[in-house]
Amino acid sequence: MAIRSFLILFILFFFSSLNPILSLYEDQVGLVDWHQQYLGKVKQAVFHTHKTGRKRVVVSTEENVVALLDLRQGEIFWRHVLGSNDVIDGIDIALGKYVITLSSGGSILRAWNLPDGQMVWESSLRGPKHSKSLLLVPTNLKIEKDNIVIIFSNGRLNAVSCIDGEVLWEKDFEGESLEVQQVIQPPGSNLIYVVGFASSSLFEMYQINALNGELLKHESAAFSGGFLGEVSPVFSETVVALDSTGLILLTVSFQNGMISFQQTPISNLVKDSFGPAKIIPSSVTGIFAIKMNAVTIVIRVTDENKLEVVEKTNHETSISDALPVSEGQQAFALVQRAGPEIHLRVKLAHNWDDNLLKESVKMDQHRGLVHKIYINNYIRTDKSYGFRALIVMEDHSLLLLQQGEIVWSREDGLASIIDVTTSELPVERDGVSVAKVEHNLFEWLKGHMLKLKGTLMLASPQDIAAIQSMRLKNSEKSKMTRDHNGFRKLLIVLTRAGKLFALHTGDGHIVWSYLLQSLQKSKVCQHPIGLNLYKWQVPHHHAMDENPSVLVIGKCGPSSDAPGALSFVDTYTGKELSSLSLVHSVAQVIPLPYTDSTEQRLHLLIDADKHAHLYPKTPEAISIFERELSNIYWYSVEDDNGIIKGHALRGKCTGEVADEVCFDTRELWSIVFPSESEKIIATVTRKLNEVVHTQAKVIADQEVMYKYISRNLLFVATVALKGSGEIGSVTPEESWLVAYLIDTVTGRILHRVTHHGSQGPVHAVFSENWVVYHYFNLKAHRYEMSVIEIYDQSRADNKDVWKLVLGKHNLTSPISLYSRPDVITKSQSYFFTHSVKTIAVTSTTKGITSKQLLIGTIGDQVLALDKRFLDPRRTVNPTQAEKEEGIIPLTDSLPIIPQSYVTHALRVEGLRGIITVPAKLESTTLVFAHGVDLFFTQLAPSRTYDSLTDDFNYALLLITIVALVAAISLTWTLSERKELQENWR
Amino acid sequence: MKWVEVIVSFILTLSFLSFPSCGFQSDELLVDDEEFGLEGAPQHRSPEPIPTRSPPVTSPTRKRHSDLDSDSKIQFSLDHAFGDSDFSPAGTFSARLKTWSHGGQTLTKLRFSRNSFSDVEKEKFKNLLESDDFYRIRLPSNVLSPPGRDFIISSVKARCLPRESLDEHFVIHMEGVNVLAVNYGSPGSCPYPRNLKLPAKWSFSSHTVLKNSEQAPRAPVFTEEILGGENAEGEVVQPAERSFWAKYWMYLIPLGLIVMNAITQAMNMPEEQATGQVPAQGQLSAGAVQRGPSSAVRRR
Repeated sequence: MAIRSFLILFILFFFSSLNPILSLYEDQVGLVDWHQQYLGKVKQAVFHTHKTGRKRVVVSTEENVVALLDLRQGEIFWRHVLGSNDVIDGIDIALGKYVITLSSGGSILRAWNLPDGQMVWESSLRGPKHSKSLLLVPTNLKIEKDNIVIIFSNGRLNAVSCIDGEVLWEKDFEGESLEVQQVIQPPGSNLIYVVGFASSSLFEMYQINALNGELLKHESAAFSGGFLGEVSPVFSETVVALDSTGLILLTVSFQNGMISFQQTPISNLVKDSFGPAKIIPSSVTGIFAIKMNAVTIVIRVTDENKLEVVEKTNHETSISDALPVSEGQQAFALVQRAGPEIHLRVKLAHNWDDNLLKESVKMDQHRGLVHKIYINNYIRTDKSYGFRALIVMEDHSLLLLQQGEIVWSREDGLASIIDVTTSELPVERDGVSVAKVEHNLFEWLKGHMLKLKGTLMLASPQDIAAIQSMRLKNSEKSKMTRDHNGFRKLLIVLTRAGKLFALHTGDGHIVWSYLLQSLQKSKVCQHPIGLNLYKWQVPHHHAMDENPSVLVIGKCGPSSDAPGALSFVDTYTGKELSSLSLVHSVAQVIPLPYTDSTEQRLHLLIDADKHAHLYPKTPEAISIFERELSNIYWYSVEDDNGIIKGHALRGKCTGEVADEVCFDTRELWSIVFPSESEKIIATVTRKLNEVVHTQAKVIADQEVMYKYISRNLLFVATVALKGSGEIGSVTPEESWLVAYLIDTVTGRILHRVTHHGSQGPVHAVFSENWVVYHYFNLKAHRYEMSVIEIYDQSRADNKDVWKLVLGKHNLTSPISLYSRPDVITKSQSYFFTHSVKTIAVTSTTKGITSKQLLIGTIGDQVLALDKRFLDPRRTVNPTQAEKEEGIIPLTDSLPIIPQSYVTHALRVEGLRGIITVPAKLESTTLVFAHGVDLFFTQLAPSRTYDSLTDDFNYALLLITIVALVAAISLTWTLSERKELQENWR
Repeated sequence: MKWVEVIVSFILTLSFLSFPSCGFQSDELLVDDEEFGLEGAPQHRSPEPIPTRSPPVTSPTRKRHSDLDSDSKIQFSLDHAFGDSDFSPAGTFSARLKTWSHGGQTLTKLRFSRNSFSDVEKEKFKNLLESDDFYRIRLPSNVLSPPGRDFIISSVKARCLPRESLDEHFVIHMEGVNVLAVNYGSPGSCPYPRNLKLPAKWSFSSHTVLKNSEQAPRAPVFTEEILGGENAEGEVVQPAERSFWAKYWMYLIPLGLIVMNAITQAMNMPEEQATGQVPAQGQLSAGAVQRGPSSAVRRR
């Protein structure tokens, strides 16, 4: 017993001795890492400025974030990130103290305490069928002194108490084809109108008593023309709709329960019609807008239900919701972009001709158009009304305008990053660096004296604070030039809005941003989607006079055969060099390992018809490519079909247009997974730019094992069709997971292993000769992580020294994948506590430093786990030799050491991806984690064995040396003198 | 003491069973024991073959007497193509379809008969060799209802095949009656600068292997340790005893010195008694010798 506890102690000690590498002292936080918080594109904003005190605004975003922002600075007071499957449908403020959110397709209603963001109550709402979700918070409607919230969701109208979330009454709308469009609550009455369409040509109106849910009236009227799209309420008992052709406007009034239609052809209102129109819903009384192609028309409805065009403009116009300003009066705002400025107008609803406010604000071109506007009023010092506007731009940024100025702006586009790549900074030129150093020499000395004081414990608290702030604001780390260690780089990120940002790795500031025109909505391309970023040109030979550039690939629309679009952007200046709209689609992009004489990388774009297109389209590139034509293979994975295919290139495209850079491909191999028993859920390959330092591994008994290192290995995980649902939806007997290692040149299955009773989701990472994957074990009710290492046996005979000396080995002969592979695999599984969002692995320049797995946990943190814990050769009692090699005694689960969280106390909300980039210093790797938040840090998996740490005190070293030299010379002279005296005696 | 041994051996076997990865896991993936045997699944991992996954494996004993299991012969064809030409029949695989009592089906005893090349085909193959092009084969993805969902295609550079005769090697990955993939190529290596070499004999020598999925090693579960507490103790005590010296040397050496000192003291005692003050003076002088020169210098 005692021995065992001793053993456990020993193991604990062993583990703890392994991991001080990762832990961070409190004063080191923020030295090399930075963390930025974002929200995503704002969907809805509600101001809270009635009370005296802090002015705040509640926003909900497309990243499913609810947040309370400070109106003065734009800072986040609190923020909640709901899950990706908990989409927010609406928000509002009730009772002046609760933020009400409706989410998950109208099935979850929550109330959050406004000042601190604590959840007050939550209720779940069910209903008979799927429908539009509408949230309505009437201002003065009470049931027994209880303020209520009206929700229409899932075909059911609910009245919910504001105090505790209790459902007071509910009413189903079960007509099969009934599509409810609007729920209107005329202010000051106890009625609710529910209007909608049934069977596309029937207008339905329900009048309901708001106090008890009783149906008072139900009217329906047919309109032969049918209806299209949404309705816009113009008065409390009148709505505007479009007929099914989109050419006739219908004013539907249901006063006193009588439905009457009034038709107005759009061509009567505007001379030249531009095709079918679309209603832009607004809540302003008597005003609505329609949009025809690029023309926006604002229409006023008079008291007699006559329509009147008040404005027609070619500019993209956004209209805010109505803002009650005084008794019976509503204000609203219109905003348009015109060149470098945006024009903001605030008007009263019943008085179009006068502007309450008219302002022009200078706006960065790269913010694009104004997508949304929310206005709020305040009392100016001269007791008149002032207005502030919160606007959401095309690049998803959020800005507050007041008095014709931008008060603050938030780059919330960074919350939805699609792809990340890095770029080096410019090389330091002579003139710059010298001036910099001279300027800083005094500062430098002062800093080191302070540090010295700190080291000798002589520093006062102010000094310590000064030291800390100096370390954090080290100007060195945010310099705009390349550093010796390669820590300073540019992170180029592509966001969902189609904007490129360059972030500095030193402190995360935005160096430049560029809104890509090729990824903006245009006449040719209605729904552009950004896909990927690639390094296009990385100058090494001409690093002094040429700038690196990146290739941005996008496509037009979500379908697979949508035409692609390319942009080339200079990473130093942030200017677009050129852009191309392609005629073909982009299904796959393959960066080739060849560059032309200008160091542009060759890229192969595969379209949906399996033709390969080479870029750049230069004769030089074609000649390079044709030389290597027979050695280029690629594969395609058809997830929904369960087929993996391998392809080779054949020659120039035949037929159609003779295109110099188009190549035909042919199918070489295929793997067909049985559709009834296996479904592909994950495929992972090695990173293309990964460097492997040692090909062989010396194991304990002086044996050598050769790693099977091939760039053409693909890890595929399949699960049983039944088991592809959520965890726990199947029994362990009917669920399994198969892991494959496939050679993508020949289509050989090198390894295939079945995990019975296991289920996805599978997250995997492939590096060197190993793959680690994470899945759920239904039998053990736990998550598991497995490792597969693959070793090459064909080179295993090269152990003999004599063979190596005499050159009788096959280590230098080229390896052909057509030879029959002779590999062995080693694997092992371990339990792991967390569920995982993503896994990455550290990468270093030369691949010498040992690897760590970076696990994005469900708690949105990044955990670093030494690869040694996932060694398949771990045994219960490692021998002495194995211990020396660094093999850890076998345990059934992987340890989670709190100090090894890379993100320490921070959370990267909504974590989606972890990117590792090698620094120039071999021991160090740069880690960038992104989600709604961004986090960056440097990691040294085996400590910084090749450099002194940043806070190394050079002054102390210098002083010690000087003191030593002084002491030596002093004692030397003393002893000289003494000897002389003694000799004279 | 005998029952202890029994328990120890039992626990040992238990632990061996529960950690199959310890040393015995690896050498089976591509060791082609079945190269000539035309056997089914590699069966050394688990006592029972795991033929199909659809129904749970109930008990291995049920499988032993598979008299109930019916066998039937089936055939499926191999097609080949030269470069981009169309596929044409090239041979037939025949196998026994074993239907297990629990409903799963597997293939065993795979045999392959290869059609020899016709003259036209020889010519085509020669062209392939000259242009270093692909020789492609295909199999149905379902052996019961060919071609199943799609054909399984595999290809190899034609120059990899010729040796004395045309040597080929098939590894057919099965999943019940479904063919998942086929690894096709030469049985040995195919060194990279592929040289043009015509086969001496225009006949095929084929090797075929059927492969089913292996079971993954289970994650180790350390519940047995409680059972094996005694055993573990017995094992670990010995090294602890061996390291007695290593542990207590720092106490033992001073102790030894003290003892030695005491002994020498005891030995000196009688002499001291006999010769009076001499030894004591000797000791002193020893100290004086050391200090001697320096004090002499000082005195100077």
